[in-house]
Formats: sequence, C-alpha cells, structure tokens
Amino acid sequence: MNGGSQAATDPGSGRGGPAQPLLTVRGLVRHFALPGKLLGRSKAAVHAVDGVDFDVLKGETLGIVGESGCGKSTTARLLMHLINPSAGELIFDGEKVGSRELPLREYRRQVQMVFQDSYASLNPRLTIEASIAFGPSVHGVPRRQAVERARDLLARVGLDPARFAGRYPHELSGGQRQRVNIARALALRPRLLILDEAVSALDKSVEAQVLNLLADLKQEFGLTYLFISHDLNVVRFVSDRVMVMYLGRVAEIGPSEALFSAALHPYTAALTRSMPSMDPDARTEAPPIAGDPPNPIDPPPGCRFHTRCAFVADACARRTPVLTPAPAAVLPSARPDHRAACLMLEPGSGHPRAPAAPAAAE
Amino acid sequence: MPIVEIKDLRVTFTGGGKPVPAVSGVDLEVERGETLAILGESGSGKSVTLRALMRLNPEGKSRMEGTVRVAGQDVAALGRRELRAFRGRTAAMIFQEPSLALDPVYTLGQQIAEAVMVHDGCSRNEAMARALALFERVRIPSPERRLQAYPHEMSGGMRQRAMIALALSCRPQLLLADEPTTALDATVQIQILVLVRELQREFGLAVIFVTHDIGVAVEVADRIAVMYAGRVVESGPMREVIRRPRHPYTIGLLRSRAHGALAKGARLETIPGAPPDLADLPPGCPFAPRCFLATATCATTAPGPEPVGAGHQARCLRVDATAALLPAVAEG
Ligand SMILES: Nc1ncnc2c1ncn2[C@@H]1O[C@H](COP(=O)(O)OP(=O)(O)OP(=O)(O)O)[C@@H](O)[C@H]1O
Ligand SMILES: Nc1ncnc2c1ncn2[C@@H]1O[C@H](COP(=O)(O)OP(=O)(O)OP(=O)(O)O)[C@@H](O)[C@H]1O
Ligand code: SF4
Ligand SMILES: [Mg+2]
Ligand SMILES: [Mg+2]
Repeated sequence: MNGGSQAATDPGSGRGGPAQPLLTVRGLVRHFALPGKLLGRSKAAVHAVDGVDFDVLKGETLGIVGESGCGKSTTARLLMHLINPSAGELIFDGEKVGSRELPLREYRRQVQMVFQDSYASLNPRLTIEASIAFGPSVHGVPRRQAVERARDLLARVGLDPARFAGRYPHELSGGQRQRVNIARALALRPRLLILDEAVSALDKSVEAQVLNLLADLKQEFGLTYLFISHDLNVVRFVSDRVMVMYLGRVAEIGPSEALFSAALHPYTAALTRSMPSMDPDARTEAPPIAGDPPNPIDPPPGCRFHTRCAFVADACARRTPVLTPAPAAVLPSARPDHRAACLMLEPGSGHPRAPAAPAAAE
Repeated sequence: MPIVEIKDLRVTFTGGGKPVPAVSGVDLEVERGETLAILGESGSGKSVTLRALMRLNPEGKSRMEGTVRVAGQDVAALGRRELRAFRGRTAAMIFQEPSLALDPVYTLGQQIAEAVMVHDGCSRNEAMARALALFERVRIPSPERRLQAYPHEMSGGMRQRAMIALALSCRPQLLLADEPTTALDATVQIQILVLVRELQREFGLAVIFVTHDIGVAVEVADRIAVMYAGRVVESGPMREVIRRPRHPYTIGLLRSRAHGALAKGARLETIPGAPPDLADLPPGCPFAPRCFLATATCATTAPGPEPVGAGHQARCLRVDATAALLPAVAEG
C-alpha cells in the first residue's frame, strides 16, 4: 500500500492531474448539540471535529490514529457526506464537493467506506452475495454481472463463495462480516476508500491477507486510502503519511516513518511508547501517561493535550498551537511536510522550550 | 483444582439449515489467579467458547456438549436461579463494546449498586460505597461525579473501566474478557492491561482474555491457547508459545503480523487458503490443506495433543518438524 504521490501515474489520477490532491479538507467542524437538560446548559455541544485541515494525496495511504472519541469516525462520516459539517469545505480533485461541477451524487460514487461496526452496516435480510451486488445493481451494472463481481470479490477477501455467498450476516463471525464489508465497498470501484477500523476485528493472518489484498487492489484500480486504526503497527506499515488526532483537532501530521521514528508532538510520543510489548521479558510496567482524554463537551482551552502533557507550561492553557514544522536548528532531519500543533515548536510562543521569535518579523 | 475445567466442549448451532459445529472438542484449564489469553483465527470459536462458560449461547438454537466446570460447579446443570447467581458472582464478562453490558437509561452508580444489592443483599448506602470504591480502584477520575453519569457521557476508555467495575462488583472469581481493548487507543489500552494485571494479582482473579493482538497477549497472559476451526491447536506458557511455537498455524500467525521492522511496501507473510467449512471438516488435521508441513498422513489422521514442553502441547503430527524450525521462528 505504499507508493506515495509518485504512484499517481495510475489510471485514477483523474482530472486535476497527479499533483492535485485527491481531497482537500478545509476548516472542517462538526459539533453535536446535546439536549440542554443533560447539562443544565442550553448550548452544550460535543466538539467532535473542531477545525481540521488536511490533504489526501493521489494514490497515497493516509493513516489516522488518535484516542477513542477524538473524532476519527466523525471526520470519516463528514468526508462521506453521511452527516453535514457545521463548517468547512471539501475539494475533490480540484472541484468543490456539492458544487455544480461536482454534485453530491457524483462525489458519493467515488468515495466508499468500510465501517468500524461490522454488524450495523449489513442488511440482516440480505444474503451477503446480495448485499455486495446491491450497490453495483443500483448504479446500473446488469444483475448477472453484479452477482459475478460479488462472488469474485468474496473469493478475493478469502470467503469461498460456494460456502458463504448464500449466508446471512448473523451466520458469520465478526471477522468474516468485516471482510464482506470490504468486498461491498470495493464493488462500486471507488477512487477513495475510507477504512474505519476495517481490520481491527480480524486475526493477524486474515488481517495480513486483507492488507495484501488492499495493496493489490490499490495498485490495480489506482485507489487512494484513508486508513483509520488503533493498531499503530498496522498504521505504520500501511501508511505513506499519518495524521494524529486529539480531541477534535490534528495534533501531528507527516510522513509515516518520520512521525513514528521522531514524533514531534508529546501525545504522539506517548502513543508510540504505549504500544504493547512484543517481548515476554520486557512487559510494560507502568503506563507512559495516565488518565483519559478530557470530555469533548468542554474541551480544555489552549492546547487540548495540556491536561495530560509532561511538558506543560503556563502558555499551554492560554494559547492554541498551530501546525508547525520542527525548527531545523532543533531537529536537523526536520522536513516541511512533518508538522505538529505544539507550542514547543512555535517560535516565540511563550513556552520555555520554544525557539526564540525571529528578530524582526517580515 | 483449576477454577476452569473444560473437557471436550462442543457447541453446535442448529438454528439454520446444516448444523454448524462452532466448537468441536475444546479442552482448557485455568488455575486460580492465572490469566489465559486465547488467540486464533477469526471464526474459530473463541467467543462461543467464552459464552459457553456463562451459558450465554442461545439455548434454543445451539447444543452444548462436554463438561464445563467453573469453581467446581457444572455449568450445564445449573438451574435458572443458580445460573443467575453464577453470572456475576462466580464469573463475569466484559466485551469490546461496553454498550452490551451497560444500560443506557441508568447512571453507572445505579447499575453497580443494583448489582451489588441483588447479590449481597446489602443496603443501598453500602452498595453505593462499594461502587465508589470500585470506581476508585479502576482509576476513574472524579469517581463521585462519574457515578452520577450515564454511559453515553463517558469516553470509550472510561466506559470500558466502568464495565470492568461493574463486572467486578460481585467479586467474581473468573473474569472473561472478549477483546475488551480493541476499540481503545494505545495510551488507554495499556492502562487497562496493567489494571487487569493488578486486579488479577490483588483479588486472585482468574482471567480469560480473547485478543487478536499478540502484543496484548504478551502484556497480560501467563498462558496462551491458540484456536483453529473450533479446537485448541496449541497451548502453553506465554513465553514458550511466543518464542517456541510448535503448531504450524501458530507459527504462521506469529509470522504474519505487521511490525515496525517491516520494509515499506513489503508483503506480509500470510497463511495460504481459507479456513475450513466447519459443517464439513476434513477427516484429518483441519489445518492440513493450508499447512506448509503437511504430509499425506495429515489429511487422513486427526492429530491429538502432543506434549512439546512443560505444560506445552500442540495438536500436530509433525511436531518434530516444527522443533527443527525453532531458531528460525524465535523472536529476534
Ligand atoms: N451522533 C452523535 N451525537 C452526539 N455525539 C456524537 C455523535 N457522534 C459522535 N459523537 C461524539 O463525538 C466524539 C467523536 O466521536 P467519533 O466517533 O468521531 O470518535 P472516534 O475518534 O472515531 O473514536 P473511536 O476510536 O472510539 O472510534 C465523541 O465524543 C462521540 O461521543
Ligand atoms: N448464532 C450463531 N448461529 C450460527 N453460527 C454462529 C452463531 N454464532 C457464531 N456462529 C459461528 O460459529 C463460529 C465461531 O464463532 P465465534 O464468534 O466464536 O468466532 P471468534 O473466534 O470469536 O471469531 P472473531 O475473532 O471473528 O470474533 C463462526 O464460524 C460463526 O460463523
Ligand atoms: S498435523 Fe500436519 S497438517 Fe496439521 S498442522 Fe501438523 S503438520 Fe500441518
Ligand atoms: Mg471511530
Ligand atoms: Mg469473537
């Protein structure tokens, strides 16, 4: 699943050309209003996604990680246009989503998603073959061909069609159902595939099969992936770039290897240090950071991580950090496309570890 | 005496057309205060085995055979009232999705206090005090306030802790955990794993922990059992199974995981083929069609558990061949 933007010579590079990001996300916000009585306050809202900007490059796999509830699935559902944003816009291959050039219907065909919950996303009354063939049929593929495509995809995700095609969702294990969901999403031949915890329910050998399969399909159809997962080993392996979210915001984004080998944000560093040990003689004795992420209904001011951060300073509760690359003076290997939202990186931010502000601006 | 003794457990689903033998001859033992991690193929019967321990498989649509004894009680023979007491007090279960265990319309405090009162017949005040102590124990910040909260007002990690608190509320001897940390981020997951380890030590709890994450098994388990096609194909001390796996399926499983050292764009090793049809198992070793060591005999002779080390066994006819592989599969 590697390849990065240079793989954009593929057939899917489309209208805007290979250098044009496939998807540009600008100022994305989604708040969920809460019934006032829950908190005795009328304007209480869950700040699920709170100002998110990023690009998805053509042919890349962009991994998204972050704590439970930080807004990964909400971001995915916003990109799918399953829910409406409170603010922000999406540009797909140079065209604004929902504009005359790119109406929603047209956009929706090109973006598909595999959901975290394998059960909820399958119709319990349809056999799995019918479930997979349904989308293509709706989009005008002749019935026989749609069924053929369904059976082919079942085989490719490792479910023998002779045995499984006629089964209903409740007759499958969690992992088997998730493979059906992947087959169903691919049946529409999308350009962008959003995978939300798509392999988390699979055992490692099936997971490996599905990841190899996803890599093949990506090559074959020129796909671009957005890959959401809690398994950092898997994210590191599949992603060209990785975005780390924390409480509705982007904490860090950059090339996968740079991010995992030299994290810029203290939350990313805590995440990577929290990975379970693979060595029976070196178990984790104490968790690297304590506590849980704060409530998204009332997110802390300033840097949202400051309540758990080991480097917290006074400025952190007052000033909201913006995505900044590491200063070259501090990290010689710093690169402009690797950025984090931490005051320690921002010149003159008031954090004692921050680089000095440039003498006279501009 | 082990707290869990499963002998030749068979669970067959009879709801559909052809009966599906989801579990076909599982033997497992868990000692008091011990944590067993169950790894294995998706669809191999891990959840069904766990549910059988609490008789949670649908009674009309499934058949359970063999013996399941937990803390000396024959689970199949429990009457309705005994079963209710058994669930919660002897064995309790936590899931990947806390909404399966937590009631959305009651506060967490009410739910835990209710469970404690029903089981111990104590007063509401005493029960609330226990609930508070449990919340403190599972490290829920501001526990007094959190007792008044509804499940949807908590983060995923917090709900998971609350579910553990609820599961522990009647002081069970056995905790069954079905992928309880799969939906959590790494920083919260490791806190829960360390917590489970502490609770196990503190209360002498026995734990059965189903997971797909080998790292999670390494963090929590004393022993590991690996399931394939409704059977335990390998079991042994955690270190042994991870460092010296002896069943070809376990070897394949350990080799196929993605890890940091892999080169970008490398292909992951996989086990070729697909798991067998449970309703139509081959006569010999069910893994034979996919096994890199299979011989003609494997296709016709069903392997029994072969001892391959202290407390370590593998259901394989070719354990000599896997022994020869050892240096190659040991952790590097
Ligand atoms: N329909 C909704 N109404 C109210 N709140 C919601 C709704 N959907 C999501 N939320 C809240 O928005 C926040 C972000 O949720 P989201 O599902 O995006 O998180 P996530 O990062 O995908 O988490 P996980 O890793 O657990 O899947 C959470 O606090 C969640 O409770
Ligand atoms: N209610 C049911 N009716 C029919 N078959 C079932 C039922 N529940 C489970 N099965 C089947 O029993 C087998 C074992 O399922 P189980 O849920 O125990 O798998 P698992 O090992 O937990 O898998 P996973 O890792 O995917 O959760 C599967 O093949 C599944 O399709
Ligand atoms: S018995 Fe034979 S087929 Fe089965 S796992 Fe061992 S070597 Fe492979
Ligand atoms: Mg999610
Ligand atoms: Mg399961």
